[in-house]
Amino acid sequence: MSRRWQALGATLRRTAWQAVPTVIGVVVLNFFLMQALPGDAADVMAAEAGSATAETMAQLRQHFGLDLPVLEQLGAYLGHLAHLSLGNSPRYNLPVTELIGARLGNTLLLMVSALGLALGLGVLLGTVMASLVGRWPDRVLSVLALLLYSTPGFWLGLMAIVLFSVKLGWLPTGGSASIGAGLSGWALLLDHLRHLVLPSLAMAGFYVAIFSRLTRSAMLEVSRLDFVRTAEAKGLHPLTVTLRHVLRNALIPVSTVAGMHFGTLLGGAVVIETVFSWPGLGRLAFEAVMARDYTVLLGILLMSSGLVILANMAVDLLHAWLDPRIRLR
Amino acid sequence: MSESLSVPSAPAAPAAPATPAAGRWLALRTLLRNPAAVAGLLILLAMAALALLAPVLFPGDPLDMVAPPLLWPGQDPQFPLGSDSLGRDVLAGIAHGARISLAVGAVAAVLSLLIGIVLGALGGYFGGWVDDLVVRITELFQTVPSFLLVIVVVAIGQPSVPVIVTAIGLASWPVIARLVRAEFRSLRESDFVLAARSQGFSPWRIIVQEMLPNALPPVIVTTSVLVATAILIESALSFLGMGDPNAVSWGSMIGQGRELLRTAWFLTALPGGAIVLTVLALNLLGDGLNDAFNPRLRGR
Repeated sequence: MSRRWQALGATLRRTAWQAVPTVIGVVVLNFFLMQALPGDAADVMAAEAGSATAETMAQLRQHFGLDLPVLEQLGAYLGHLAHLSLGNSPRYNLPVTELIGARLGNTLLLMVSALGLALGLGVLLGTVMASLVGRWPDRVLSVLALLLYSTPGFWLGLMAIVLFSVKLGWLPTGGSASIGAGLSGWALLLDHLRHLVLPSLAMAGFYVAIFSRLTRSAMLEVSRLDFVRTAEAKGLHPLTVTLRHVLRNALIPVSTVAGMHFGTLLGGAVVIETVFSWPGLGRLAFEAVMARDYTVLLGILLMSSGLVILANMAVDLLHAWLDPRIRLR
Repeated sequence: MSESLSVPSAPAAPAAPATPAAGRWLALRTLLRNPAAVAGLLILLAMAALALLAPVLFPGDPLDMVAPPLLWPGQDPQFPLGSDSLGRDVLAGIAHGARISLAVGAVAAVLSLLIGIVLGALGGYFGGWVDDLVVRITELFQTVPSFLLVIVVVAIGQPSVPVIVTAIGLASWPVIARLVRAEFRSLRESDFVLAARSQGFSPWRIIVQEMLPNALPPVIVTTSVLVATAILIESALSFLGMGDPNAVSWGSMIGQGRELLRTAWFLTALPGGAIVLTVLALNLLGDGLNDAFNPRLRGR
């Protein structure tokens, strides 16, 4: 057991080291993208104030270090980063880590519930489809999955608002909690959950389709292998064979794809959070683009790349657990 | 997706390197016998016809006020799909929007195919440090959430169709690069490549004339998904208001219709329906192509 934990620790360390060049690459790539963006925070702040003299603008730029040469700015940013600081936002006059920290929880809550919902529903539907391959439930579900696969998440969300909020009045249209309701305890939790349902459903739709299609084809692939025939020949219950032998192995490609789509899910958060006025990172990123607040944007891009790397590490570990033959190297 | 379930002995790949064209005809015939794929193809052709004929069927600027505001579909036979709050014809908007969606989808897909094939082929053929570099760049682009990357690139250029196409193309090539690289790595050791190499053909000729035609089937299958994804990204972008402000697109129609979601939800529903229909057609076609090129999976 302890050897296994050691191997685990070694894997984590190795993956973390391998991620270092990627992270530096992401920082440098994003930094130069930011430099290519027209205008800077001083422009937007001056425009919002309504007027600004050339002196004020110069003063603003000097204050935020926007007048320094590009490489010097990059050096300063990397220096900050080494101290685990993402710099200060000129616009909000707050440390970027604080801004991100205030929103990160909301986005993670949304993503985790959407991903959980998508995996749960997708694997369940995929298992049903694979078990009844060729029969009518399989065909109906396949068509449904293809339809979901073709639907933009934000439109699904808008249509869900029309049905569940406007017509039926069951669920709130947006936000992450009722404002000024003064709720506490269970009522507060319930209120949060009610706000979470529609956004996570809208976000999950596309991934339910992906995971169910993938589970179906992976299970069909696995179900032809010899060990499945052996398990059946041993007289195991068909349900045991399906769940412990076929599904377990089919989950390997499913989890690979889930890891690959983690970044897409984060990007999709921008649109879903806009539809449901959900106060999360995606919304913050979009506002940062609009306000030319590049320090915030850079921080968010870096943070989301970090999340993607972490997700891939988690998938590696999951593989080792699902299939002991996949060694922790 | 097909990558993770890859089939080492797929008859489509190295079985008949001498005449990949013959296999392709067979695949095409299989495709045309698949009713779902044919349905997809027909929907797609109808959408393309609508896009091409939009200026003839609905002359004039679709952004012009032509009808009384907020007509419901079916209320006035002259405007079968109704009109929005500014009295713009919804049907004309959908027809003109098809031009943007299909054009952006197709051109962005071509761009990411170009980048992906070049990088994937170079990495897969040469190996060594070239391959390391390709893998690193691909990983880099896969680590940054692609929709955020698209938003940033569109913010760098101004929101116009060429910039949006470039942004989507830049964000979606890694899938193709990985696919082509994997194909090239497995083809590199095959006999016909060895034969070509021993005849002293240049790497350029081996890559383009010998290996590429054999690596194409999975790429063709992925292309329809690529176009579908590009259409979805464009719609999300213009929904956020980062689309080309001078052109109608399905996404921007949804974005404007959203303001009236409570009273006139058809303004949101109809353009969204057009997106779903088009993307569905592409996915049906993609599934059909997949079955046609992977006969082993047929009948599932």
